[in-house]
Amino acid sequence: MNDEKQLHWLVRPSTIRKLWIGSSIVLALTVLAQTVIYVKGYFGFDAWFGFGAIYGFVSCLIMVLVAKLLGLVLKRPQNYYDEPQQQQTTDSIQNKIKEGNNGV
Amino acid sequence: MAFEMFSPAIVLLIAAVLIGIVRGHARTAVILIAPIITLWAIWQIPDGVQATVKFLSYNIEPVEGSPLRRLFATVFAIMVFIGGLYAFRIAKWYELAAAYAYAAGAIGVCFAGDLITLFLYWELMALFSTVVVWCGGTPGARAAGMRYAIMHLLGGVILKVGIEGVVVGTGSIQIQPMLATDFSTWMILIGILINAAAPPVSAWLADAYPESSPTGSVFLSAFTTKTAVLALILLFPGEPVLVGLGLFMVMYGIIYALLENDVRRILAYSVVNQVGFMVVAVGIGTEMALNGAAAHAFAHIIYKALLFMSAGVVIYRTGKNKCMELGGLFRTMPVTCVCGIIGALAISSFPLTSGFTTKSMISQAAVDGNLVWVYMALTAASAGVFLHAGIKFPWFVFFQKDSGLRPKDAPWNMGLAMIIFAGLCIGLGVFPEPLYALLPYPVEYQPYSIGKVLFYLQLLLFSGLAFFVLLPLMKRTMTISLDTDWLWRRVAHSLLKLIERGLSSMSEVLAKQRARLQKFLHLIAVRYLGQPHTADSKERGMFARSWPVGTTALWIAGLLSAYVLLYYL
Repeated sequence: MNDEKQLHWLVRPSTIRKLWIGSSIVLALTVLAQTVIYVKGYFGFDAWFGFGAIYGFVSCLIMVLVAKLLGLVLKRPQNYYDEPQQQQTTDSIQNKIKEGNNGV
Repeated sequence: MAFEMFSPAIVLLIAAVLIGIVRGHARTAVILIAPIITLWAIWQIPDGVQATVKFLSYNIEPVEGSPLRRLFATVFAIMVFIGGLYAFRIAKWYELAAAYAYAAGAIGVCFAGDLITLFLYWELMALFSTVVVWCGGTPGARAAGMRYAIMHLLGGVILKVGIEGVVVGTGSIQIQPMLATDFSTWMILIGILINAAAPPVSAWLADAYPESSPTGSVFLSAFTTKTAVLALILLFPGEPVLVGLGLFMVMYGIIYALLENDVRRILAYSVVNQVGFMVVAVGIGTEMALNGAAAHAFAHIIYKALLFMSAGVVIYRTGKNKCMELGGLFRTMPVTCVCGIIGALAISSFPLTSGFTTKSMISQAAVDGNLVWVYMALTAASAGVFLHAGIKFPWFVFFQKDSGLRPKDAPWNMGLAMIIFAGLCIGLGVFPEPLYALLPYPVEYQPYSIGKVLFYLQLLLFSGLAFFVLLPLMKRTMTISLDTDWLWRRVAHSLLKLIERGLSSMSEVLAKQRARLQKFLHLIAVRYLGQPHTADSKERGMFARSWPVGTTALWIAGLLSAYVLLYYL
């Protein structure tokens, strides 16, 4: 499967490299286009050169980092809420065993 | 045909019953034709209150038309049609019947002219949406449906308390704009906000929707939160609390979606995020903002349903719903993949999609109101939406790594449903004018200017860059994230367990004491009445012994003389 030819064309390393290069060019163009195209800012500062790009990148960075930090506190294993129920069932099974012993 | 007394909701209710009665092709016909009749009926209703019925001295107005109400009802009816088309081959009949009754509730709310009618349809929605959640069929779905039902019935009670208060206070059950100034209006606001998945109870949405069946979640994503938005527009336009609340929902949705591993739960969190945009708009309350909220709700229902459909097909075909288990599906599911990407672009408000032409109205309203911080937060959130839904969803499901799964693409009806909605997403993005014409207030808004498109392209493409640069930080883990529902799913649960344990130890003590008392009484009884079944050789209790006849005669003589003595006293 690792053979370049056998992979789907979209996931070949060479294609992925081309995609990175292509999208880098597009990204650069969207910023450079601001030299030609006038971006009408509503509050002054949002018309600065490349403001959209920097604001988009930085706010995403902050959101990912905040999510990462909150994740340390908030993340729990998938069966977190099932646990008590499982315990309950094992409890009830043990009770049944006890009851059985009493019966004997 | 006159719809003066009967809301178009009745058509869907009849259809829901018919789905249960008829079978085979007839059922398919009902599923596909009923929404079209409903849509026709919706457009037969002129503006204004259509009829008034006196009921217990209240003036009930079952049907009231207005452009805003018609707009919401229209998108609901379209949603039912496409949802029916998507679901009719694999969904159980009772799921479809429940979904149609649920949609009937939503459309009934759209045309409710008074608070009592609104409340009735509101509860209809709560009931049948719970059934749709239950149709997930797993133990998880049963439990989640129960929590969902409790939350919504609680919301209904709070809403009812508020309505009663307003009726007592003002004597009017009219639906009219109000502000949350006293107890009863607050209660109404809270009751509606619970349905909008506002904090602190946003958790119900991400808890229940992903547990439903692949087809059920498509219906669920559309109605409850959007009827809440409609109710907010009708009752609380310009309520300042909503701005802050909505911004919180926007950020909450992004952060939780970033942490999430379950595909449909990512989409569920982004419902909260998108409804947050609408809530902010209602809070701003200008004509532009309310237009934006209504337009965004219209577009949102379509692209969100499209995303849930795409996720539904993946789950239906693979049986897996975790990002970690999926990936690389673009190879064999091109239609689902492309439609999913279009939905993802629309939710991220990419230029030329419906999200761009509608959501930007809300940003524009913030600009017009000179709300710098709100505008900047909404812009950051737009970038965040692209991050958590626009790229994350398609990337982890269809690309990422090769999971080795080679499922078939969508069945024809599901594919067709997705293609229609994908077409609408782009259609409304390129030609927004027909939608603008339906909005409640006149629109003088130009969505496209070359500078704005460039600004949004910068914003979105660089958030895309951020996604791929930060990808190592976003490794999926097999986890869930705690939410406020931890308070009742864990804390309240443990408290109950504690009380239960306390009661059971108390009953143990009681049982022990009862045994002791029994033993004691038994001893006394043995002492005076003798052992049961003792052999003759053993000494008996006092009253069980045999006494000589003489003793008895003596006792009788004594008693008789006492009697005589008493007689003569």
